[in-house]
Amino acid sequence: MTDTLTPPPAAPAPERPEPTRPGVVSRFVGSTLLWPILALLLLLVVNVVATPSFLNVRIQDGHLYGNVIDIARNSAPVLLVALGMTLIIATRGIDLSVGAIAAIAGAVACTRLVGAADEGAVTTAIMACTWALAVCVLLGLWNGFLVSVLGIQPIIATLVLMVAGRGLAMLVTDGQITTVHNETFSDLATGYVLGLPIASLIAVGMVVAAAVLTRRTALGMLIEAVGINPEASRLAGVRARTIIWTVYVFGAFCAGLAGLIIAANTNSVNANSLGLWIELDAILAVVIGGTALTGGKFSLAGTLVGALFITTLARTIPNVGIPSEANYLFKAVVVVAVCLLQSPRARAALRVRRPAVSKGNPV
Amino acid sequence: MSAAVATVGTTSLWDRIRTYSPPPRFLPLIVTIALFAGMFGAGSVRYENFGDPQVFLSLMINNAHLIVLAVGMTFVILTGGIDLSVGSVVAMSTMILAKTLQSGWSLPAAILAVLVIATLLGTVMGLLIHYFDIQPFIATLAGLFLARGVAYLISIESIPITNETFMKWAYEPLTLWSTYWIRWSVVVALVTVAVAAYVLAFTRFGRTVYAIGGNESSAMLMGLRVAVVKVGVYAVSGFCAGLGGLLFALNTPSGNSLHAVGMELDAIAAAVIGGILLSGGRGYVVGALVGVLVLGVIQTFITFDGTLTSWWTRIAIGVLLLVFVVIQRLMTRRQP
Repeated sequence: MTDTLTPPPAAPAPERPEPTRPGVVSRFVGSTLLWPILALLLLLVVNVVATPSFLNVRIQDGHLYGNVIDIARNSAPVLLVALGMTLIIATRGIDLSVGAIAAIAGAVACTRLVGAADEGAVTTAIMACTWALAVCVLLGLWNGFLVSVLGIQPIIATLVLMVAGRGLAMLVTDGQITTVHNETFSDLATGYVLGLPIASLIAVGMVVAAAVLTRRTALGMLIEAVGINPEASRLAGVRARTIIWTVYVFGAFCAGLAGLIIAANTNSVNANSLGLWIELDAILAVVIGGTALTGGKFSLAGTLVGALFITTLARTIPNVGIPSEANYLFKAVVVVAVCLLQSPRARAALRVRRPAVSKGNPV
Repeated sequence: MSAAVATVGTTSLWDRIRTYSPPPRFLPLIVTIALFAGMFGAGSVRYENFGDPQVFLSLMINNAHLIVLAVGMTFVILTGGIDLSVGSVVAMSTMILAKTLQSGWSLPAAILAVLVIATLLGTVMGLLIHYFDIQPFIATLAGLFLARGVAYLISIESIPITNETFMKWAYEPLTLWSTYWIRWSVVVALVTVAVAAYVLAFTRFGRTVYAIGGNESSAMLMGLRVAVVKVGVYAVSGFCAGLGGLLFALNTPSGNSLHAVGMELDAIAAAVIGGILLSGGRGYVVGALVGVLVLGVIQTFITFDGTLTSWWTRIAIGVLLLVFVVIQRLMTRRQP
């Protein structure tokens, strides 16, 4: 038991939201962030009751090993996608195409790797990832163009790429499941730096960068302003179009990173299944985190908690002995529960039930 | 309308066509029908046997379930909502049908169970959406997960359907004339379209659907029964998804929790291509039917061509969707 560190386990899990706290906590303490954190803690408690050693973290081969580390590593793709989605939803948009974009990113990276002269080299991996991310930025520009310039509803504008995207990914891989052999590339998902998984370092790094950018500059406020009323914010001198365009590019970039990590995890890409339904998980994470789909406000810390929650849930279900297929049922219950908790109507349901009419449909 | 489709002829005819303007509300529908006719015509010219009426009939047979789904989706979209759960409900329905038949239920009881459960799920989503102000996107996302979860819980493996009556329905051809035939699923789908068209055009329910899509607050202030109708459209969509599941099982006689992954996208795409505005309040159920047929023609094209691979279907649908969305956008921009 000497190599079982009991104090550190508490450190990685509950304090994970720490990096984004300084700017956010003052705004979102109270009901929005409280419930997701409580739910996450509840899940961890359930796990500990089922398997007392659940939170244990061992050091093995110089890395940290354990369920908590696994959760952190597995949550990286969802967290990345949800990060981009948070900012998009804050502008009252939505991006359904992120799963397809992730598939395209994986497809481009893997085909570049296989086609390269020296498949195992470090530079090959870097070049492949750069290419993949460049393609993703292009796709983000396309989504942003449809939404901000042509003014098409976000849900339908991104539906175009969602439908066509997997076809494009199949086109890139020629319908094959492409397998790659590159150490650097697979380190993206399975490697460790300073004992911590690279994947979660990338994801948390992106969250911190986004938090600093949005909360330490006016950008976050501008994004929220656009979400509250694009026309009013434009008249107030905010470049609504540029901001909307930017968040879609950012969302696509994050989705691309997520796709690379997923592809690196299996060292292969299957354009049909890579990132399937990740957009739904990401939207779920965002909603759990307290960012309303009506736009106008967002919580990056909440998204972080939401992404961790979804991954922990996936881990919990087999851990407590329920077949993992039940995961979908639990997700459904969580969605409904979270929405009811956040719905002012549900809270006020005990009072006079007066049907207030919601204004328009944001999605 | 038929004159607008046949765009060949003399200058005088051209003048008449040019000066003739159909009511703007029919325009998207006309464009879609023209597109379908054009694609089918192009296919007939390019490939042998493409113009055979049986190709068209097969199109209906293969997409009967999608037609029903698109009809349900039309109701929801007309109120300005969206239903993401239909694909999963199809999977759940095939699963319930297969499981109940396997455990010895009679066929009518099994069918009734499927329809009741699907309608109930839709109703619950509608209640969440209307009474708790949960966005349709999120509430039906929960429905998507729930239905898929139920399907997985019933069984992870595929359950074959061996009921004799059911198989008879599935494979019995209905001869229309000489050698041309359809299946019962097509009849059910067309009846669904007819009933839906009637309900939307001539009943109080249907008019309220359009009113809610136009402006929910106004509909409420006019004293329309917004609550009943808003919950009702999701119940209709749930019912249609259940029925779609039954038709799907007629085509693929097995229950499988992996059936119909992403079929909600096809249903939404069909509705959009059929000229139903996603912001609600505009569109016709016939449009959804034609939208499904357009999607089917793309598939047939790719099957007939042989050199194109299957993923071109997705790309083609995406491109079509894009074209239609942009056209719709330009049209709505012109009309204030």
